[in-house]
Amino acid sequence: MRLADSLWTEWKIALRFLLDNRMQTLLITFGIAVGSAVIVFITALITGLQANVIERTLGTQAHIRILPPDEVNRILPADEVSWSLVLESPRAQRLRSIINWQDIRDVLDQDTQILAVSPVISGPAIARRGVARASVALLGIDPPRYQRIIPLANDLIAGRFVVGAGNAVIGKELARDLGLGIGDKLRLDAGEGREAVVDVAGIFELGVRELDARYVYLDLKQAQTLLDLPGGITVIDTTVAEIFEADRIARRLARLTGLRAESWMETNGQLLNALSSQSMTTEMIRVFVGISVAFGIASVLAVSVVQRTREIGILRAMGSPRGQILRVFLLQGGLLGLLGSACGGGVGWGLVQVFNLFGPRLFEIPVDPTLVPLAMLVATITGVLAAAMPARRAARYDPAVAIRYV
Amino acid sequence: MSEPTIKRAGEVLRLDQVRKAFNVGTPLETEVLHGIDLSLCRGELAALIGPSGSGKSTLLNLIGLLDAPSSGELYLLGQATRDSDDEARTRLRNQVIGFVFQFHHLISAFSVLENVLMPLMIRHGKPSSADIELARGLLDEVGLSAFADKKPTQISGGQQQRVAIARALVTRPPLLLADEPTGNLDTRTAQSVFELFHRINAQFGCAVLVVTHDPRLAADCARTIQLVDGLVVSDEANPSSR
Ligand SMILES: Nc1ncnc2c1ncn2[C@@H]1O[C@H](COP(=O)(O)OP(=O)(O)OP(=O)(O)O)[C@@H](O)[C@H]1O
Ligand SMILES: [Mg+2]
Repeated sequence: MRLADSLWTEWKIALRFLLDNRMQTLLITFGIAVGSAVIVFITALITGLQANVIERTLGTQAHIRILPPDEVNRILPADEVSWSLVLESPRAQRLRSIINWQDIRDVLDQDTQILAVSPVISGPAIARRGVARASVALLGIDPPRYQRIIPLANDLIAGRFVVGAGNAVIGKELARDLGLGIGDKLRLDAGEGREAVVDVAGIFELGVRELDARYVYLDLKQAQTLLDLPGGITVIDTTVAEIFEADRIARRLARLTGLRAESWMETNGQLLNALSSQSMTTEMIRVFVGISVAFGIASVLAVSVVQRTREIGILRAMGSPRGQILRVFLLQGGLLGLLGSACGGGVGWGLVQVFNLFGPRLFEIPVDPTLVPLAMLVATITGVLAAAMPARRAARYDPAVAIRYV
Repeated sequence: MSEPTIKRAGEVLRLDQVRKAFNVGTPLETEVLHGIDLSLCRGELAALIGPSGSGKSTLLNLIGLLDAPSSGELYLLGQATRDSDDEARTRLRNQVIGFVFQFHHLISAFSVLENVLMPLMIRHGKPSSADIELARGLLDEVGLSAFADKKPTQISGGQQQRVAIARALVTRPPLLLADEPTGNLDTRTAQSVFELFHRINAQFGCAVLVVTHDPRLAADCARTIQLVDGLVVSDEANPSSR
């Protein structure tokens, strides 16, 4: 007999057995549904939360920053027969440019793993207005390139995003501290007599206090003059397509350029740690809920196999092969998993929508359209696996003994 | 397998020195059947009688391939079965044997009609319209066409037994086995079930072996086989049968 024909019968028997035990089926389906709802909801919540945190973190920083290597003392190695005792005082790291940065930029532009490249010059300065002073970080940028690293124009709360020709864009906190509005003048002092007066063209709010209080954007040329690095830049910011590959890509870029490459993963180690332990917790919840669902299915089917001993015996007596009995119960497990997870998946999805509508509204949880189908698939497979033990037991019944069972 | 198969014309079943012991290898080991020789031909209707505990059900289970003999050989349609595996025995059960159990044993999750169709569904999946027609015909034959869509729990014991007979016949088996099919029925209903066996036997020509305690019902059968303490003590034709 073809398997498809046999499956027709098995499908029919499995369905009837489930319908016949309506109460049991209903209860275990409810149990599976609760489990699946929890899994779907918590998965969506945590995935959404993590995506949100990462998005916020990366919204205000480059994925990989390429910096000039640290300056170190060169110590002549001692000759083979003598020892050298070295007392070293570390070098002060003065502001200096990346050599040949134009070439490096061009090479990075061609790199397929890198989405955006933006040379930046940055250095410290004092901002003054009247008697008020604030220490700031000057950032000389090439606006179109920089926009692709941090879309600053989206974060403007006043004015326009223009730098150059004596214009600067500053953060909201700095504007408040110095009482600055659009069109006001701001004096920047980078030390050693290098000073400039700029117009405030735009005010941004990135939502990170440190940045909003310190960043002053200028164009490359003006910043280079102020920081006394004509034609130089101090860092190349890049973004990559695969954010979790940033570490690996950074190492590759370091080898490629001979410079220092810092990935966001390195600079946000704490955050990543927190996220991964959160993921682990979620994973554990999922596994344990999955296990209890599996045990629920297994125990219901184990009871059902005992209850149906005689009927199994009759089926076997009528010529039903062992494999058919096995599949009847595997199918029941799969059906319970599918049915329960379909209900539970729907409920979980609904919970996410409720959370989005009425929750704390800190962030929106997007539900991956594959999440519920995936949960259903996993639950179905879990059901089949959970059914394996009872099903094998049913298939092994000796028909002569099973028929006499009361 | 070396034994020559001397097959009588139309022989459906032959037992050759069949023994059956239970709990083999334990202190509780008991031999229930002590070497049974028996054969049954096409169109024969035989009653198997004997006191309780004489081994009738054990014998029927062996013939129905639900259990295997401890020694001896059992031929179904001339085919030796001792060395066949579970798969082959299962197939033979479906194709050669119709079994009516003492306690009718319908499957409660299915309707009367579906119960009758079950052996065919096991054999080839979704029943064809010819299958359904056949099953309805058999239900008609046992006088239950009006109950086709009822659940087994909604009909009486006698009716359930008749459904079980229809189910045993739906594959048109060459051999019909019935283990005390009337054991828990009143005399009149038992009578009508036996009527049915006679009619089916005449109509389909299948061999019927039926266990009964009722001497009057047995006397009605063409042949009576008596089993006492695991041995066939008499096997004779009934002159009084029709
Ligand atoms: N599985 C088994 N294990 C051990 N002993 C068994 C088993 N099945 C049957 N017997 C024994 O075999 C003997 C015959 O039993 P069997 O059921 O064949 O009798 P029977 O003739 O059908 O009796 P009844 O008319 O009461 O149905 C009994 O003594 C019984 O205890
Ligand atoms: Mg018996």
